[in-house]
Amino acid sequence: MPNYNWPPMESRRVMGKRISRVDGIQKASGKAKYNSDVRLPGTIHGVILHSPHAHCRIKSIDTSEAEKLAGVTAVRVAAPAGTEIQWTNAEIAFVAARTEEIARDAVRKIKVEYEVLPHLVREDNLAKAGNRAKPAGEQVTGDPDAAFKQADVVHEAEYGIPVITHCCLEPHGSSVAWSGDKIEFRPSTQNVSAVGNDLAKGLELPATQVHTHMDNIGGGFGAKFQADKWGVEAAHLSKASGGKPVKLFLDRAAELTIAGVRPSVYAKVKVAAKKDGTFTAWDSLSWMTGGYAGGGLNADLLPYVYRNVANRRINHTAVSTNNGASRAWRAPNHPQVAYVTCAAMDDLAAKLGMDPLQFFIKNANLTARPEVYTAQLKKAAEMIKWSERYHARGDKTAGHIKKGVGLGVGMWGGAGHASQCRTNIHPDGAVELELGSQDLGTGTRTILLQVAAESLGLPMNAVTVKIGDNALPVSGASGGSTTVGGVSSSARISTLNALEKLFEAVAPSLGAPADQLEAVDGKIQVKGNPAKSLTWKAACQKLGVRTISEMGANDQRNPRGLNTGGVGGAHAAYVSVDVETGVVKIEEIVAVNDCGLVINPKLAESQVYGGVIMSVCAALMEERVCDEATGRILNADMEFYKLAGIADIGEIKVHMDITPEHDARGVVGLGEPACIPTIAAIANACTNAIGVRVPTLPLTARNVLNALSGRRMA
Amino acid sequence: MSSRKEPELQPKKKGFSRRGFLQGAGVTSGVLGTGLLEQEAEAAPPANLTGPGEVPITLTLNGKPTKVTVEPRTTLLDALRDRLEMTGAKRVCDRGTCGACTVIMSGKVVYACTVLAIDAVGKPIQTIEGISNGKPHPVVPAFANNDGLQCGYCTPGFVMAAKGFLDKNPNPTYDQVKAGLGGNLCRCGTYVGVRQAVLEAAKELKGGRNA
Repeated sequence: MPNYNWPPMESRRVMGKRISRVDGIQKASGKAKYNSDVRLPGTIHGVILHSPHAHCRIKSIDTSEAEKLAGVTAVRVAAPAGTEIQWTNAEIAFVAARTEEIARDAVRKIKVEYEVLPHLVREDNLAKAGNRAKPAGEQVTGDPDAAFKQADVVHEAEYGIPVITHCCLEPHGSSVAWSGDKIEFRPSTQNVSAVGNDLAKGLELPATQVHTHMDNIGGGFGAKFQADKWGVEAAHLSKASGGKPVKLFLDRAAELTIAGVRPSVYAKVKVAAKKDGTFTAWDSLSWMTGGYAGGGLNADLLPYVYRNVANRRINHTAVSTNNGASRAWRAPNHPQVAYVTCAAMDDLAAKLGMDPLQFFIKNANLTARPEVYTAQLKKAAEMIKWSERYHARGDKTAGHIKKGVGLGVGMWGGAGHASQCRTNIHPDGAVELELGSQDLGTGTRTILLQVAAESLGLPMNAVTVKIGDNALPVSGASGGSTTVGGVSSSARISTLNALEKLFEAVAPSLGAPADQLEAVDGKIQVKGNPAKSLTWKAACQKLGVRTISEMGANDQRNPRGLNTGGVGGAHAAYVSVDVETGVVKIEEIVAVNDCGLVINPKLAESQVYGGVIMSVCAALMEERVCDEATGRILNADMEFYKLAGIADIGEIKVHMDITPEHDARGVVGLGEPACIPTIAAIANACTNAIGVRVPTLPLTARNVLNALSGRRMA
Repeated sequence: MSSRKEPELQPKKKGFSRRGFLQGAGVTSGVLGTGLLEQEAEAAPPANLTGPGEVPITLTLNGKPTKVTVEPRTTLLDALRDRLEMTGAKRVCDRGTCGACTVIMSGKVVYACTVLAIDAVGKPIQTIEGISNGKPHPVVPAFANNDGLQCGYCTPGFVMAAKGFLDKNPNPTYDQVKAGLGGNLCRCGTYVGVRQAVLEAAKELKGGRNA
């Protein structure tokens, strides 16, 4: 059996190098095809009729005028008379037509009578939730009541972070062609290998009848794992239209309302410490909404990272609101609980009269990895010039621009998912990797080629990688930062399995046993004797007409040390706040993240930049705004649902914590941990600047000015 | 937020327009009330009114006259994507906010989702396909080299905005890049690489390696 271990850090030729992503030119030149770009021959268009009400019952629905419209090929009712609708933009009917314009006209001709019912769309005030609030049982560790009594300092406050959306730039949707017993499925998905199973289930067909293919995805962030109702209905529309492919992608308003959101979190928090800064007790009553279904937050994560606090009481309530369901959102739960925890700890440190950096470090023994957090906090502090920029709460310098620094921490799993990879070595020397994975923009194709090139002693351009098809060996969905660990491990194992077969084939020619051969610099040679070698091409010719095809799997129960889970991370922010206008400006953010063995530092840094920038958006501007009077979502567009632009992010510095100790742990995912600590760091920096806490995010001018004037949130 | 693109002024159309009608009638707007104008317009509709329904038009795309059949309400973006298989420009916000559909029309950077295809007739239109076929414009490899992209969906629009920006600002400072590219939004968070890419492309262009 080959030795699957990663080669030692110092002897890697391709892994660990700052290599540009292999599909960068394709994407930058507009040639990369997304399924929203693909037009299968004969494509017609699907459009959805959405509910205008947050809560209603369908009294009647009449599609006859829509059906008569020239160019319309199929109309399907998703919510027949009597159906109760529980959120705005829920699907009422689906239309297929020759052009998208005609399909939209047809949707407008569908007559629906709605019985409007009472709704609840906001959860920020728990007192108004009534019987829509479902409390979970209380969890207690230690003796919180005694701890609060004995504490030297107790701090109590309320914190909130609202619902935000994924806002994937490529909306959810697919092209689907259903003719005979075959379904051609072209979705935008994070789950190439298995999303077809979900479609088949929705259609009550065997999964074997669905062929899924996707070359590129325009953003997922946790929202694109299922076929969804619109995928299933597009298939029905196709069948009803004689098997013509139906292209149906959500418009922007639907994308922001029914395709997934991140749950909110609001919390009343009480924390305590001893005079010397020992963090002794946590008590929280938190609530949130994940939409109509209600759930979606694991409150057991509180207090976050500092989980071993001796005394704690957790109460949590899920509020069912008339909104579309939440979905996994890059590090589900973590950014929200990181904000609540780090803000409360920062406030407690202020009350103690202690520098929060010292408070976070002093209590590192309450984390699962004290040495890692201590080192990362110190590194982040050094990079943000903490000793120079930190001041006691409230910037006392003259003028209306106040500056401050703040910290946040995070943790994540990120062990590799189950993944199978096939490596083929052809007699002409061509090599290909095949696996049903997907590249979310993280650089999956690139790191697969790096692993294969490293393992086979070849340049990256001597290897081809095929992903994005459910006919390829099954690889896990890309969620939870599990992809890099899974696919790098399965690729490592399958390439070495294939190489072993090649060694066996050429051993007689080199006059040495197969286990005495190695692949180096495009050659197969006898170990330590480069004189006895064959070029890669000459070696592969020995295969005759036979192609080597070997599998490799990442077994999550035994990842062979190739990948593991568990990372930390500390971010720090330096912000300025105009106390006259309330505008918060990011000056600088530093991110210190470990992720085990780093296959490509350039792409890893991009993940961290991305996580930080998404967090800037969430900290400063993102908020789904629901109107309680009408039940409408007021900003289901990109004009008023704000995202940061290129000038809004300040200067960002990333420090990938690459050390021999981290490297020896194997590969760990990074996409999610990079997205966790920044919101807390920005919020704490704002507090340090202006001297008061802005309890509810985002840090909009309105919320900042309200906090400055001592007003409660509306 | 950051700066937005200039609104595209209404082009002078060959077909029916209010101004053309007034000129043809030999009167000025000071003389006639609007009510009378409307009556006259109704009485004598111009023969070259565009639509309703699908009409053939010719767009000048990347220097080539290109025939396409569109409805009057079809946007330039939908004409490119749904009818001409030119899918580099993406439909994201579909209302002139995000810049994913950026093209250069008559030398100006515009959002193709807010230009009607029939209004684009007679104007030179440059798309991502036009600057990346053959030897690509230096801004294309600069985005790749600096990892100014992740999922890549905003990227072709960003590349076109950067190209249009550099056409008018060949020697930009770092701060000018930040101010000048505020009309494009990215969700993956690639702005750090984009800033470097635009500066690198500017340097490359000054080197004269691209005419």
